Amino acid sequence: MYDAPHTERDVDQKETKIAARNVQVFYGDTHAIKDVDVDIEDRTVTAFIGPSGCGKSTFLRCLNRMNDTIDVCRVEGEITLDGENIYDRKVDPVQLRAKVGMVFQKPNPFPKSIYDNVAYGPRIHGMAKNKAELDEIVEKSLRRGAIWDEVKDRLDAPGTGLSGGQQQRLCIARAVATEPEVLLMDEPCSALDPIATSQVEELIDELRTTYSVVIVTHSMQQAARVSQKTAFFHLGNLVEYGETGQIFTKPQDPRTESYITGRIG
Amino acid sequence: MPVLWLFLIVVALATVGYIVGRSRALSSADGDNRLLHSLPSYYGSNVALMTVVPAMGVLMLWLIIQPFIVEGRVSGTIPDSVIADGSSLSLVMSDVRRVAEGLDVAVAEGALTRDEAASIRTEFTDVRERLGNVGVALGSDVRPEVLRAAQIYRSLSSTGNLIMTAVVLLVAVGGFYYAWNQTHKDFRARNVVEAGIRVLLVGAASIAILTTIGIVLSLIFNTIEFFRIYPASEFFGSLTWSPSFGGGSELGIWPLLWGTFYISLIALLVSVPIGLFAAVYLSEYASKPVRAFAKPMLEVLAGIPTIVYGLFALLTVGPLLLQVFGDDGLGWMQAGTAVMTAGLVMGIMLIPFVSSLSDDIINAVPQAMRDGSYGLGATKSETIKQVILPAALPGIVGAILLAASRAIGETMIVVLGAGAAARLSLNPFDAMTTVTAKIVSQLTGDADFASPEALVAFALGMTLFIITLGLNVFALYIVRKYREQYE
Repeated sequence: MYDAPHTERDVDQKETKIAARNVQVFYGDTHAIKDVDVDIEDRTVTAFIGPSGCGKSTFLRCLNRMNDTIDVCRVEGEITLDGENIYDRKVDPVQLRAKVGMVFQKPNPFPKSIYDNVAYGPRIHGMAKNKAELDEIVEKSLRRGAIWDEVKDRLDAPGTGLSGGQQQRLCIARAVATEPEVLLMDEPCSALDPIATSQVEELIDELRTTYSVVIVTHSMQQAARVSQKTAFFHLGNLVEYGETGQIFTKPQDPRTESYITGRIG
Repeated sequence: MPVLWLFLIVVALATVGYIVGRSRALSSADGDNRLLHSLPSYYGSNVALMTVVPAMGVLMLWLIIQPFIVEGRVSGTIPDSVIADGSSLSLVMSDVRRVAEGLDVAVAEGALTRDEAASIRTEFTDVRERLGNVGVALGSDVRPEVLRAAQIYRSLSSTGNLIMTAVVLLVAVGGFYYAWNQTHKDFRARNVVEAGIRVLLVGAASIAILTTIGIVLSLIFNTIEFFRIYPASEFFGSLTWSPSFGGGSELGIWPLLWGTFYISLIALLVSVPIGLFAAVYLSEYASKPVRAFAKPMLEVLAGIPTIVYGLFALLTVGPLLLQVFGDDGLGWMQAGTAVMTAGLVMGIMLIPFVSSLSDDIINAVPQAMRDGSYGLGATKSETIKQVILPAALPGIVGAILLAASRAIGETMIVVLGAGAAARLSLNPFDAMTTVTAKIVSQLTGDADFASPEALVAFALGMTLFIITLGLNVFALYIVRKYREQYE
């Protein structure tokens, strides 16, 4: 079902990056997220698992206020990033999203060149003084996205022409380019084949050294492989949250146990 | 028998066929639906289709072919001596047809009996006067050969019609009987009806295509005729457009093309930015209720007839511009009709065209693109400017090209708003005219149809057709290329 060598993984106490308290999300009349409290640690991979429609993606999208773009969606409660409430009036959601990057389920490169895809964020945030600096940022990001060697000779080629796995790594490089502090990943491997998936998983493990990574996944093996902390969502509730090894070996809640052993979901 | 009656009889036969076929199928299965291969209505439809489709096909072919045969036979009877100098067989034949129609009218009104119409002679009767009495005016006295030819024409046509009626009815009854005979509970009526429906659909599609070909051919032949009597080098080389119906006119296309181009350019300069911004607002910023209200309102603009826009240009925009740019103002404008007037109004007409097409194209850009951009911390306008518009650009270019070909083909606004003077000028406040407006004025005059001054309309139409066809093909090419991006 899952491999468990990561029980002995490094799970030292780290400082909390994002703290959610009493979060409620409504889509129109539907109460999609109920009373979620969670602390997401810095330099850790946190996995959200749960059956379809349990609200894990919705909650993920609350963390960088992507739900603001949906008219009928309403968020209550408090979510803090480094102790600052991100739903405060003073916070500009656009600035917030530069700090909390996001990678989506389906690779979504812009119909531009590979270079322009990565340079998009740095350009709109004015992160480079000149072309040389921008080149440097692009190269560094593509290296971090573990795709530099494959595309360095064709940076002018359209990003949409890459294979699915390459596109997803390009999107990760694009998200990394704005130097976010947190990286949110919404089922980043669900549209990829197994080889591309393992490449992306390796990449996630490397990203952990710099960022706090939150990943939503349907694959429990994947959650077990890449994460240190796991949160189990069910019907809009956060059922259980703890160290990955513990969730998969000694779940506290019967619902968690049912899910990871395949009885529900 | 008139064609309408024939048609109605065939349709009535088909209706009977439907009922008979249905009940025959049912009775062959002893009234049990489940034993039939197909639903009962399919058996009925099979009989109805077999009655109507072949009969109508024969009728249509007959109606197309018969005039050619009759004409060929009749023109063979006309001696060469009748064809006067400067005239031609086709002119004599049109006389013949006219007399034949006149005789038809006379018979229908009772001024002549059927036998009289077939036997009157110019030697004994003044045919021109007698036909004039029933309202058919003839240009000259009817010559005996022409009258004789007209009488042959009538008798051939009526014989033809009689045979046609018989053949069509025979085919209809034959089809009816064949299908009725086939009807049995094991007969696969459903599949046969399916094939019949396909034939109907193919027929509809080919009518559209054949019409297009017909239009193009009629343009081509008349254009060739024009270039036979007027040198192509002058048509494409001369910078003057001054048709004079007495002859010796100069028919250079450039002043007209320039007017067309200039007015279209102004129209696009007005409609593209406004239409595009409206589309961006509607698809990206507007809330649902605003969109539900504003989009139909904008599209109402597209439903206004162009003649109303023409009146708007003539009565409102022209005088308004004249106040500012006329002699009382800046002094650039002599009269209300000018390139600017027509261009502005045409631009307003094209706004919904551009906006509604662009709106669809912008909406077709996947939400994933927007999410990706917002997820990187881009604002709405950055996202639109740097991701959505570039992604939608090929489609938008296609929309603009379609709007351009509309602008080029527009006539009414030009006639009322831009004046009628064909001139080459850079001043947008001068009156100019376009190809389409000149086509109208060349064909509505009293010119002899065989003169270059009238035939030039076809050459102009052909030029315009090629330009807009090119634009449309180019637009389609771009739109298609755009589609591939997300598939």
